[in-house]
Formats: sequence, structure tokens, C-alpha cells
Amino acid sequence: MAAAKLAEELSQTALGRYAIAVIGEEPRLAYNRVLLSSVLAGEAASHEIELKPATWWRERGVTLKYGARVTAIDVGRRELQIENDENVAFSRLVLATGSLPLRLPVPGADLPGVHTFRDSRDTDVLLALAAKKGRVVVVGGGLLGLEAAYGLARAGARVTLLHLMDRLMERQLDAPAAALLKSLVARKGIEVLLNASTAAIHGDGRVEEVELADGRRLATDAVIFAAGIRPNVALAKEAGLAVNRGIVVDDVMQTSAPGIFALGECAEHRGTCYGLVEPAYEQARVLARHLAGRKAAYQGSVVSTNLKVSGVSVFSAGDFMGAEGSEAMVLNDARRGTYKKLVIADGRLTGAVLIGETQDALWYRDMIRNREPIASIRTAMMFGRAGARPQAA
Amino acid sequence: MTTVDPKLRTVRTACPYCGVGCGVLATPDGGGGAAISGDPSHPANLGRLCSKGSALGETLGLESRLLYPMIRCKGGMQRVAWSDALDHVATRLKHIVARDGEDAVAFYLSGQMLTEDYYVANKLMKGFLGSANVDTNSRLCMASSVAGHRRAFGADTVPGTYEDLDHADLLVFVGSNAAWCHPVLYQRMLANKQARGAKFVVIDPRRTDTSSEADLFLGLKPGTDAALFSGLLVHLADHGALDRDYINSHTSGFDETLARARSLAGSAGATALATGLSEADVTAFFKLFRDTPKVVTLYSQGVNQSAQGTDKVNAILNCHLASARIGKPGMGPFSLTGQPNAMGGREVGGLANQLAAHMGFTPPDVDRVRRFWKAPDIATHEGLKVVAMFEAIARGEIKALWVIGTNPAVSLPDADLVRAALKKLELLVVSENVRSNDTVDAGVHVLLPAQAWGEKSGTVTNSERRISRQRAFLAPAGEARPDWWIVSEVAKRLGFGSAFTYNSAADVFREHAALSAFENDGSRDFDIGALATLTDDEYDAMAPVQWPARAGKPPEPRFFADGAFFTNDRKARFVAPEVPALRSETNAARPLRLNTGRIRDQWHTMTRTGLSPRLSAHLPEPFVEVHLDDALRYGLMHDGFARVTTDHGQCILKVVVSERQQRGMLFAPIHWNATNSSHGRVGALVASYTDPFSGQPEAKATPAAISPYEYVFRGFILSRTELTLPSHLWWVRATVQGGFGYLFADNGDLSRWPAWLRARATDDVADYMDVGGGVYRAASFAGDRIETCLFVGPGHDAGDWNVVKTMFAADRLDDDQRRVLLSGRAPDGVGGGPIVCACFGVGRDTICDAIAAGARTPAAIGLALKAGTNCGSCIPEMKRLIAQTAADTPPIAAAS
Repeated sequence: MAAAKLAEELSQTALGRYAIAVIGEEPRLAYNRVLLSSVLAGEAASHEIELKPATWWRERGVTLKYGARVTAIDVGRRELQIENDENVAFSRLVLATGSLPLRLPVPGADLPGVHTFRDSRDTDVLLALAAKKGRVVVVGGGLLGLEAAYGLARAGARVTLLHLMDRLMERQLDAPAAALLKSLVARKGIEVLLNASTAAIHGDGRVEEVELADGRRLATDAVIFAAGIRPNVALAKEAGLAVNRGIVVDDVMQTSAPGIFALGECAEHRGTCYGLVEPAYEQARVLARHLAGRKAAYQGSVVSTNLKVSGVSVFSAGDFMGAEGSEAMVLNDARRGTYKKLVIADGRLTGAVLIGETQDALWYRDMIRNREPIASIRTAMMFGRAGARPQAA
Repeated sequence: MTTVDPKLRTVRTACPYCGVGCGVLATPDGGGGAAISGDPSHPANLGRLCSKGSALGETLGLESRLLYPMIRCKGGMQRVAWSDALDHVATRLKHIVARDGEDAVAFYLSGQMLTEDYYVANKLMKGFLGSANVDTNSRLCMASSVAGHRRAFGADTVPGTYEDLDHADLLVFVGSNAAWCHPVLYQRMLANKQARGAKFVVIDPRRTDTSSEADLFLGLKPGTDAALFSGLLVHLADHGALDRDYINSHTSGFDETLARARSLAGSAGATALATGLSEADVTAFFKLFRDTPKVVTLYSQGVNQSAQGTDKVNAILNCHLASARIGKPGMGPFSLTGQPNAMGGREVGGLANQLAAHMGFTPPDVDRVRRFWKAPDIATHEGLKVVAMFEAIARGEIKALWVIGTNPAVSLPDADLVRAALKKLELLVVSENVRSNDTVDAGVHVLLPAQAWGEKSGTVTNSERRISRQRAFLAPAGEARPDWWIVSEVAKRLGFGSAFTYNSAADVFREHAALSAFENDGSRDFDIGALATLTDDEYDAMAPVQWPARAGKPPEPRFFADGAFFTNDRKARFVAPEVPALRSETNAARPLRLNTGRIRDQWHTMTRTGLSPRLSAHLPEPFVEVHLDDALRYGLMHDGFARVTTDHGQCILKVVVSERQQRGMLFAPIHWNATNSSHGRVGALVASYTDPFSGQPEAKATPAAISPYEYVFRGFILSRTELTLPSHLWWVRATVQGGFGYLFADNGDLSRWPAWLRARATDDVADYMDVGGGVYRAASFAGDRIETCLFVGPGHDAGDWNVVKTMFAADRLDDDQRRVLLSGRAPDGVGGGPIVCACFGVGRDTICDAIAAGARTPAAIGLALKAGTNCGSCIPEMKRLIAQTAADTPPIAAAS
């Protein structure tokens, strides 16, 4: 997705300046990974989530090489080695290798029937599984796990979601929001077990049971690991680029090697690896301007989450937990499935969590970014942009 | 007992509010309610009703009603049978009279009682218990007019009729906000103004809505009315405008009175000095009066509620007598009464200084009534007027009090002392419609359920001496009984059975009519002998009739055109007023004067009008009006709070900064009390100085201090049921569509509210909390309907009560409405702002929108919104809104 965005930006800012090739391992056109759960849920067809049609790429003169695995970067020769194919030379290289799903290092994690949920191929596997109306345990109560659980449940599976922490999506939600989300997810037929630490997976030649640290055992036909991702840095590392958790980049997304850039989930900027689409797009914009010879600098992103999780609109941004010295305004309407928290510090909006009602999410996000004083709309802002016009005396 | 038509036909009856006495058509709906409209055939209103009358249908509910007799027993009130309650009252009365004498017993009656009820109560007390300690809340209303009339005319006679208001060329309003207090009559006078060009002069320290149509407004200093009218008398004398023949033939005392008038206000200049008016305005008024033969001078509480009220009345009467502007079409002095049956009460002798049928305590009168009533122990001297009566209660001299249909713990001056006095009584009997009011809550011993308007049957007399039938159109609530029946039953138990053998209101009425004619022969003004022989059917069918109705004599619509006063020599008396002065002085600690009065859509202590959501919407909070300069001087903010303190008590009221208010004067409405507000019982502020002749208290000039009062939080609650609010709150309750509304202000911790609400709410709660911003809002639901709604916010932003009220009124909220509910903002098409037109429920915002859209006259607004097209009493307010809008946004030239 980051690559597609970069291509789009480049075609606007520096059309014709570069001959672009996009090389990817997955055997298909770039697609919107965020919508994989919709495919799983049967809400979208696989081809419908493609970002751009083949003609779009063609019109912009982009060479596409998909189903092609890059095996090495030769920084000195400025060449890429590709499995079963000729090397490709480059003057500029952009790494957008994304991330890989984590498999928990527990006994039985490699049994048949244990899957991950990361790409289009995973989706096909899970669809087949759900079609059998089987029992599925999803490990991981973050965004990815919830999406997988929702998709599977919609597709017909009986789903139990295990989460290590005491609340869902703890990196994006505060406790009340997570509690509301849990109840809304439960309404969709998904059983959620919190504080559930997976100890082992048992089965005779195939997954049969999940054992928790507290001794509970859950019979199941399949296990989906959706308990996190790590930046995919193998190529960069082997090429001798500076790598921490991700590939280290500067404010124009350049790695430790001149002319080699990285963006998206594989990149680490100012110590942060982002696991979301929006920072990747912002990085793509910056990089495109840079490659076009214009001045550009990436300052890091205000992280916000704005999506449907398990069919529930969820948004969080900024300091949504409320740091020391901040105050919170909270709206609660459990029956409507609405929870809204706005965090204020120094008379400015610094964070927000929204469940159920997210139509003003981008307005809040902009306010957080722009750091505008909000005193005049303090009460009205909770109820949306429309009501927050300055009041007549 | 009931006379309700089982076929639920429309019943002609009379309105129970002010003294205009409008005819009402009531069509019961069979479910305890009724459709209400004006009676086109009634001469008082010809089909019109004001906002209060129009809303009568909303006041018939039984939620607050007293339904059966109750007696205090081991500290609590317990239901008892009628016979037990009556036995108890009689036994206790008998015991107290035997031990302490008849003067240890008193009755306090009401101008809302029917004439028949009034007659029987007065007869029992004065005729048979033998004490004249009977007074009525009319003492607070027009006792000064009664005293003034009696001094000048020898009788309590209103000389003119409403028709005079149609034919007058000059209408002078003195201390009368008729636009709000007598709206139907005011509209009638406006019609005269519009059709015939009659001029209005309004004399009032306040620029009320009545003044909005005035050709001349005289904002005189309080208490100086008698100076103004003395000046007028001098002016008439000095400009050859006296009727010497009339003065010589029909009056006495003119020269002394003119001499006194010269000493008080010997010229326009001297009058201006005495009244604080400009000499030009004074001269303009004098000239207008002098040059206009057909003048009616209307006076009301601004004249009456004064320690010199009687002198003020006489100062007015002096001018009419001296110019013979009396008893002829289109001219005369005209007292506007405030209650539906103030006049009926005067007829039966409900006041402590009257006996019965316009007779007093002269030996011949006492003897006559004694013989008629066959009452050997009849009282022979005047009893205690109400202020003195409550002083006697406070001293422990009066030990038993029977209150019928009034609420003295709210309405009397120095109301805290009154409340304390009530608690000292050995026996407090209250005949009431409602289970609870401030008087009942002051330690009642016996509660007797009386029939309410719509249930009771009898007669009332309006300001023009017109007797109308109030007819029942509803079955009595619970065990409620007519007051005449209750009093008669007690009388029987006291051993006076033979004098109280009434079987119906008609029985009582015939006796009352017979007494009025008894040995009368034209010697007394009040004579309805022609009605003494009505059959029951004729009584039931009786059309509105004006008195006198002398047997065998033609009707006389007016009095005194040719003299024939009711003094010994049949001559009117000019009465020289004392030097005008208020009884109390302001000083550094009490630098202001507190004026009190009514508001447009409420009546008395709100036990009835307070039940109507429409009427409760116009001005829901108790307030104090203050001039901008005083607001600045005392640090008051419009819409903030202020503590008003007098030597008698204190209140905390909302501040309304108004240029309609004179500098140095405060105004606060009288309606709120301890059952519907925490700090709004204004009666506690009022001094109890009384007029030496009328005993009427000076309720409009109490020295007072004002200071800002801060509340950190303000808010409101809407609830389907009545609530007990947390302590230490400022609050007021108002009826809203679908339940009860509470507006409050608070200095407590915001965090108290979520728990308070949860304890009273369903499980389905939506809430919004902003501790730092001082905001908490919550709503609890049953299904899709709001059950309870709570908005708390900082002083400047509590949310829009009008918007939320509209959503509360709905039976269900859709998802989108629920989504915006806690924003306190209107989804499209809801809201409209505070109610201006109570008849059609049109809000200020809606009216302002119409004005902005080009409606620049009340008529244009009426065409667009219907606002102001019924009773019209909101038209002055609409005009102010038009003026404000015009000032804000100058109209486009082409549009004007």
C-alpha cells in the first residue's frame, strides 16, 4: 500500500523523471490490506479491494513485477537480486517491505491448522476454514485479531478471541472504550476471553486444543495468530543497512545508504515504527516530494486509528489515555454503542477515543495536530463539528 | 351531589382567575378533562379568553388534589371519614370558644370562594360563633378600594360598567398592569383605542406592558399618586373645569378637600416636584383629563396595596366627583379587582369590617341582620383584619383558625412570621383543593377536601357587579365537597342546625338575595331581591346579571349620575388625603424599595396555573427586576442571581436588568412559594405596614437591599415524577409537557450528580461528563422515551432548557434525536426559545426568526405564527422584540 501511494504521488510530482518498477512477492496487484477482513466477512470480493487497476499502473509507465521475491540488495552495485530472475539495477531504491505476523513461541505453534492473518493468501485459507463452520480460536485482541475474529464469525465460524491483556486494543483504547467494544463484539457472537495467555497448542497431527496458562483448555479446529507484527527488515539487514526494530530512516525517509529509502511498516523514523496506513501515506508524500527534488521533511505522525473494527467504528488519536495534567470529557451511551472521550491539556485537544460514532474523527484529529485552543467550543465539540460554531451572544 | 351532564354537553361557566369574570364554555371529554373556550355570549368577554383562561383545561388533573378528609394523628396526617373530620372540627371549636371566648376563633377566606360558600362561612362566624374575626385575602387585593368607596359613597359601590370602557375617550390606568392582570378587559380597551382613538395614560412607577400603548406614561415616584390627583383637582378648580352644580347638590366637604389639595400640590410645578415627574408631563395629563369629558380612571393594586391606599382611592374619586365624571356612559372611577369573586366576598361581608349584604357594624345594621338570621349572639363590632389577625395568632390570642381556599403562608406580608404563627395554633383547619401548600405544610391539623373549579357550583361577581354562574362540568374529585356544605355541617354540629338547613347552593343564594333586599328600599346599593325567588331551575339557568337587581324595579346599570349616594344625607364626601408618604424609610442598609406584583401567565400561588406546561413556560423562574444603573451599582449581572434582603426576610432571585424599572426600585413577582421554589417566596420580604382605614398592607414599597449571589453551577432536571433535590440547592419547579421541570443552581461538587442520577434512573443511561469544564449531562430512558434528564453546567452554559423540554415532551426519540439530546441543541425544527405567546405556545426564537424574515408588526407575526391572535397579552413583548431586532439590524430601506 505504501508503494502504491508513492507511485501515485510520484506520478503527480515527478512524472517522467523516473522509470519506476514495483516488485512484490504477492502474486497480485497491490490491494488494501485493511479490507482483508471485509473479504473474510464476505462484505467485499477479493478483487474489489485492489487499490488501482492494471491500466492505472500502465498509464503511469510503472513496471510491475509481482510474484517476484527479492533475495538481496547489492548496495555497492545498486542492484537487486530476484529469485529465479535477472537482477534489477536501480538508481534509487525504496523499501516498502511491510511487516510479518508474529507466531507465538509456544509448543504446537507449528501444527497444521495454526494460521496467521496477514495477507490475501491467509484470507483464502481462513475462508475455507469458516466455510466448514468450524471452531476457531483467534489469539490476539488487537486490531488484527478483532478483524480476523469478526471476519471469521461473519463467514460462519464459531470464534473465541483470546487476549493477553485485561482489555481489547490496549494500544488504541482506554478501559471504558475497550469494555464497550468487547460488549459490541460479543453482540456479534464472538466470545472474548481477556487475561488469556496461550501456553500451548495440542493436537495429534493437527490442532485440536488450545491450553491457557491458567490451565483452561479450549477445543478448536483452528488457531489464528494475530498477536502482533514485526517490521520485515531481513533484506535491509543483510544488505548492511542500519536497522533497529525497523529500517532506520531520516526525515526524507533515506536509510543509512544514500539513494536507498524505506517507508511504511518496515521503516523506523525517530525511533518509531508505525503499524498503520496513514503514517505510511504521509511518508510516501514526503518521499515523493524529496525524489521530485523539492524540499520535504517527515516530522513523524500523530498516530490515529480510524476504522471499523469488527463492524464497529473505532477511532483513537493522540494522548487518548490522558497523561498527567490532562483532563477528559466523556460521553457514554451504551445502548447506542457510543463512547467518546476527548482529552484536553493546556486548553488544547490532545487525544481522543471514539467508539460507535466517528463522523467527526478527522475534525478531532486535525484539532489535535493543529493544536488550536478549544475554549470557545469546549462543550459543543463533543457533539460534533456542526454544533461547534461559535454561539451568538 | 353532582350536576354534571352525563351526555357531556358544553357547560357555560365562569373563569376562576381575575376579576374580569369572563364566561367560559367547558366541554368535558369524559376522561376528567375538558375543552375550554370563551363564551361568546358573556358580556364580560364576548368570547375572548386570556392565556390563563385558555389553559384552564391543563389544570384539571388530580395529581396534586386533596381527595379525602385528613386529621393530624401522632404527628402524621391520616385519612378519616367526613363525619369524623366534621365532628373533630366542631368539638375542637366548641372547646376553644367555651374556654377562651369566641374571639379566640377566626376564619380566613378567599376571593376565589363562590358567593354561596362565602355567605355561609361569614354567617356561621359573625352570626353564630359571634365573632367578626372573618377576613379574606381580598384584604390584600382591594380593601383600600372598598374603604375609599365607603368613605366617599357611603357604600362599596363600583359606579360604572365595562361598557364605559368602550365609550371612554380617555382611559387612565393608575397602578394597574391590566395588560397582564386583566388581559381581556385590556384588549377591549385597546379595541376602543384602535377604533375610536381613545387615549391611554398609564401612571405607574414601573413601565409595565400596559404602558406600551400609553399615549402618556407617568412614571411617578412610589406612593405619590394622591399628590398627582390632588394636583389634578387643583388644576380642574383653577381652570373652570369643576361641575359646581354637582358639587353643590350631591357632595359635601369639597372646600376643605380642595384646600388640602392646594397644600399638597398647588400647581403643576408643585405636583411635578411631589411626584418626581416632569412638569410638562404633569400638565399634559391635567389638560388631557380636563379636556376629555369621558374619562375612566382604572385603579388596581398599585393604588390599593399601600399604607395610604384609601387616601389614594379618595384622591381619584375626588377628581371624578368634582367634575361629575361619574355614573354616566364612558366615565367614572373603576376599581379592577384581582380575584374572580372579590366582589362577591364584599357582597356577603367577607371582610372583618363588614357585616353582610353591604351592611356594617352600625347598631341598626347589626340589629337588622340579627333579626334576619335569627342570630341572637351576632357579632356587634368589627373583627380583626388579616394582618392584625395573624398578629393575634402570633401572640396566642387566636387559637383556632379555619383557612378556606387561600395560602396565607405565601401571600401575606412578612410571610415567615405568618408561617411561624400558624405553627402556634391549637387548631388549624384548611379547606383546600391541594394536598400540600405552604399553609398546609405549616402544621395543619385538619384538611378538608373542597371542590375545585369545574366541580363546584354557585355564583361569582366580577368588577362590574355582574353575577355569573360557575357551573360544574366534572364529577367531584374523590370525596371533595362544596364549601357551603362543609361549613353547614360544622354549624349543625355546633348546635346551629336550624340556621344552616341548606340543600343546595341555590338555597344559599336565595337567602343571600333575600338579605340584600331585607328592609332595603333603595337605602343600600347592594340589592338582588329580584333573584330571591328563583327556582332551582331558574338558578341553574341564570344568565349573567348585573346588580342592583331590585325586586319590581327596572335595572340601573350605573350609580351616582344624579347623586343619591348611600350616606345619611345621600351626599358624597370629598375626602382630603394625608400628605403622601410611604410608611417606611430607606436607609444605607436598605437603600432600595421592593415592589411586588403578578406576571402574565401565573396567578397567585400557582396551585392551578402552575399545573399548565404552557403557562409555566413564559417566565419559569422567580426573578427580581432592576434598573441598569442599580445593577451596575450593586454588581448584578443580568440572568445572574441576587439576594434580596429586607428587615423581614430574604430571597434569592434571578436578576432581570430592565430599563422598565425605575432607579432605586426592585420588582419581584409574588407567585413562587416553598412548595415550588427554594428561595423564591417573596411574601417573606414584604413589610406588613397597613393602611389605617382599609388594613391593606403596603406590599409595593418595602425597603430592601440587593447583592449579587454567585452559583458555580446551573442546571435543570426534567422528570416524569416529582423529585426531591439534593439539599443546599437553589431550585424552582415548573410543570412541563410530560412531567416536572426543575431549574437549579448549585455550589456543591459536580461529582455528586452522577450518583444522584443513577439512584433515580433506569439502567439505560446516556451521560456526558466534563469535570474540568464543569459539565455533567445525563438522560435515562425507558424504551425510546426519556425518563429523567439532568443538565448541569457552569453558570453561563447550562444547556438549552427549551430544546431539551421539547425532546422530553416526545413519547419517543429516534436514534438521531437521542444522539443530539445531550448536546442540548435543537435538531432542525425543534425548540423555538422561551415561550412568548402562551396561547399558541410560540417561542421567542421563532418570533425573532419571523421578524428577521420581514414580519415587522404584531399583526404580521400573528399572520405567520398565530402568536398574539388569541388574548393578545404577548403583543407588547412582541413589539419589544420587533424594536430590538430593528435596532440590531436596520431594515432594508425598500422593505420599510
